[in-house]
Amino acid sequence: MGRLNEHPAIKKAIALVLSYVIVQMLISTNIISDYLQVTLATICINIILAVSLNLITGITGQFSLGHAGFMSIGAYMCALIVLRMPTIPGFLLGVFAGAAAAALVGCVVGLPTLRLRGDYLAIATLGMAEIIRVIFLNLEITNGAAGLSGIPKFVNWFWLFVFTAGTILVISNFIRSSHGRACISVREDEIAADAMGINTTKYKVMAFTFGAFCAGIAGALYATSFYFIEPGLFGFMKSIDVLVIVVLGGLGSISGSVLAAVLLAVISTLLQSFPEIRMVLYALLLIIIMLFRPQGLMGSKEISLNVFGKLGDLFASRKRRV
Amino acid sequence: MKKPIVAILAVVLAIALLAGCAGNKGSTGSEDRNKVEDGIKIGINYELSGKVATYGQSSVEGIELAIEEINEAGGINGKKIIPVKYDTKSEPAEATTLATRLITQDKVVMILGPATSGSFKAQIPVAEKNRIPVISGSATDDSVTVDASGVKEYAFRICFTDSYQGTAMASYALNKLSAKKAAIIMDSSSDYGKGLAKNFREKFEAGGGTIVAEEAYVAGDTDFNGILTKIKGQDFDVIFIPGYYDEAGLIIKQARNLGIDVPILGADGFDSPKLLELAGAAALNNVYYSNHYSSLDEDPKVAKFIENFKAKYNKEPDAFNALGYDLAKFAADAISRAGSLDGESIKKAIEETENFDGVTGTFSIDENHNPVKSVVVIELKDGKQYRAEKIAD
Amino acid sequence: MERLLQQVVNGISLGSIYALIALGYTMVYGIIKLINFAHCDVYMIGAYVGYFCMSYFRLGLLPSLLIAMVVCMLLGVAIEKIAYRPLRNAARITVLITAIGVSLFLEYGTMFFVKAETRTYPPLTGWLARIFRIGNVVISMQQIVLVGITVILMVLLQFIVKKTKTGKAMRAVSIDQDAAELMGINVDTTISFTFALGSALAGAAGVLVGIYYNSINPLMGMVPGIKAFIAAVFGGIGIIPGAMIGGYFIGMVEVFVSGYGNSMFRDAVVYAILILILIVKPAGLLGKNVREKV
Repeated sequence: MGRLNEHPAIKKAIALVLSYVIVQMLISTNIISDYLQVTLATICINIILAVSLNLITGITGQFSLGHAGFMSIGAYMCALIVLRMPTIPGFLLGVFAGAAAAALVGCVVGLPTLRLRGDYLAIATLGMAEIIRVIFLNLEITNGAAGLSGIPKFVNWFWLFVFTAGTILVISNFIRSSHGRACISVREDEIAADAMGINTTKYKVMAFTFGAFCAGIAGALYATSFYFIEPGLFGFMKSIDVLVIVVLGGLGSISGSVLAAVLLAVISTLLQSFPEIRMVLYALLLIIIMLFRPQGLMGSKEISLNVFGKLGDLFASRKRRV
Repeated sequence: MKKPIVAILAVVLAIALLAGCAGNKGSTGSEDRNKVEDGIKIGINYELSGKVATYGQSSVEGIELAIEEINEAGGINGKKIIPVKYDTKSEPAEATTLATRLITQDKVVMILGPATSGSFKAQIPVAEKNRIPVISGSATDDSVTVDASGVKEYAFRICFTDSYQGTAMASYALNKLSAKKAAIIMDSSSDYGKGLAKNFREKFEAGGGTIVAEEAYVAGDTDFNGILTKIKGQDFDVIFIPGYYDEAGLIIKQARNLGIDVPILGADGFDSPKLLELAGAAALNNVYYSNHYSSLDEDPKVAKFIENFKAKYNKEPDAFNALGYDLAKFAADAISRAGSLDGESIKKAIEETENFDGVTGTFSIDENHNPVKSVVVIELKDGKQYRAEKIAD
Repeated sequence: MERLLQQVVNGISLGSIYALIALGYTMVYGIIKLINFAHCDVYMIGAYVGYFCMSYFRLGLLPSLLIAMVVCMLLGVAIEKIAYRPLRNAARITVLITAIGVSLFLEYGTMFFVKAETRTYPPLTGWLARIFRIGNVVISMQQIVLVGITVILMVLLQFIVKKTKTGKAMRAVSIDQDAAELMGINVDTTISFTFALGSALAGAAGVLVGIYYNSINPLMGMVPGIKAFIAAVFGGIGIIPGAMIGGYFIGMVEVFVSGYGNSMFRDAVVYAILILILIVKPAGLLGKNVREKV
């Protein structure tokens, strides 16, 4: 189907620019209020986290509960840099230094622990994230439990868009590359993949490191959106929150992760009006959605631009197989 | 599997917009703060769930009691207070988000809370940007209202700072208890515990004392036997426990069980009827803590507060309840004096507060946006408040 | 020396609690390969049931303990029926998310009814309040009761699993669900039974913690829950003696790190040891490294 190489690329570019411009216009005309912009930041950060965890857990099949740890490294690194260099270059340096630091830790931790399977890996990564948190809690430079405050805000729609769209694009391209296919083969059957000559350790560590890199970006954006970070933010529950998004969207579905991140933000916004029972309702919704949609919103499918094409086809009552 | 992922972005944006509309509908307000006819909206942005829910919920109990009383008495200058309450889930980022919602969508005239310093700090930039005052009843970290870049124009608090209480307790240990050696067991998961410990240590050492042991725990711990057994062999005159009653009660109980009977010192985090329940009356001897007020106080205002609180919630008030209560009264007092409902006027009215007469003491606001009030050191005997001593700095 | 002995006493008491909770995790994991996140909240519910029995109905320790165990048993079975059974054939990670949902539901549902504040068990009186001093080592009656009941329950559990027919069925289902079914074992009932046993133990742990520490709150399960799960993994998840060993080991490590090292790094040390153990023995201390067949 994808013979016409130019067409999708152009479509993609147009879609990207359009979605950026539309939102930017809505912001400038104040239709998207301050409050919505903050919510948008939460959504984008969650998308980056979920998509990158999806790469590790959904695509490569390595169950990780340590995403909050990588996120905290990015957040602290970026905050420390930005507090000393409150400029745009400082911000960019912070984001990339944070992401690189997270990736480095991901690689170092991944090498020994990725030998573990399934739930053992999950618990090892959880332990790793907790160790990172305890370290931040005790370091002088991170100001311990009191956290870092007064972090200048750099994140606006432009940066959110650049990093979120960038992450999605890079990861979805990665999945379609030969490396990505190798990762999927590790998920499907590690032994068979090994037998086919795929260096499974290499691909696991690659996915893990890359996932950590993106989580670092998300952390950096978080620090520069919300003015304040403390070690307590990056606990076990944060990792769980990200996992919930991934599973809710559908393991292995990038568009599912994106959808789920948006859906959860919508749910959270609606539930804000019921402060007393907010979490009870959230928990109930979570159970109900999973009971009725065990494979997640998207299963392992993806939405693509062709959705619109297909809608058109439907009207023309002509069916095509995806 | 079809290729481009990008179109999702479009979907995302559409849904994000929907979310926004939903959010808009949920709140009542596009009207201007000044033109609200029926009442005055005050934001209540507290930790109602998550790991510090107990502090948030307690504060809100006090706030709601106060608002009820104010509204029954006719409101502020004839206008009723309309509280708009949200739950931050104990997450600072959520506090920022909700502060934005309260200010830009609900159009509140000020925000009360959150209870913890971290979440409170996280919303200050939003308050500064929109020029809406935010006040906390329990954000004790020194840098909340003033830091290296100066005073935070729109941030206030009505509780003690960590340095104030830490220093006060260190002098009390040195001068009144003639202590030379102290052990510290601190809550390392809260800035409250760390801040108090730091200031206590500095003052105590400056006064010629030595800290012989410093141990830490995290909120939620229940077993302190390991730490206590470790310090038991050492020689010290007092133990300082900067932390909250939840853990302090257990530490005191376990320490007394292990036969450690030196005086135990704490700060206003001790002030809760739970301390007695947790530690038991027998363990609560030789325990001293600093607080805003004492139930031994003859002040009819305090007695009335305790009575009303018991009538509404069927329990004894603790420090968070009392501070929450004062916080709402304090806010109402400032709004009534402000003349106008814009942030600037209210801010000015708060700054000009002189001798506000609350249950947690009579205080004015100083140039650093902190209250000037004297600290009371309470001594417990058999679990009861036995003596209260006012310390004026 | 006395200090060391005292720390051992402290460690055994703390370890007993972890071990009791870890047993529930390990049994459920053994049979349906699910990290039952809601388990630690069943423990919390147990503590609250005990609290209400003791403070409102003025029941003694033993009746309260039994009532809490029964209530938790029913709760555990209900959770499995409602939230896990419909998903038995779904991906394991899906069930994990419902488990998280159930966990949040129990935590915040409880919080809605009893508020977030800490509750305290009524003060102990009579024989339960006694304290023994052997030299400088202090042992309280509560610690003896805590360890004693834990040991009794563990022996009972071993008996049920090893000597009874239902126990045999449990072991069979955990090895091969399909084969067990073919042999005429009712898999649903067996799984329900496993949940009942594990939850009853958690309920007992809740009440024992209530009398030992005297402090309960709706989120009390979170931290011990993770620790107990680590204990289960440490010992080799799915293996009952492994959970017991793991529980006591984690308890000891925590106490000794606090007692001889730096209490700030207590949790970090626990996790670091866990990771090291897993790297050396990827299936936990007692776990067998099964070669995967192609």
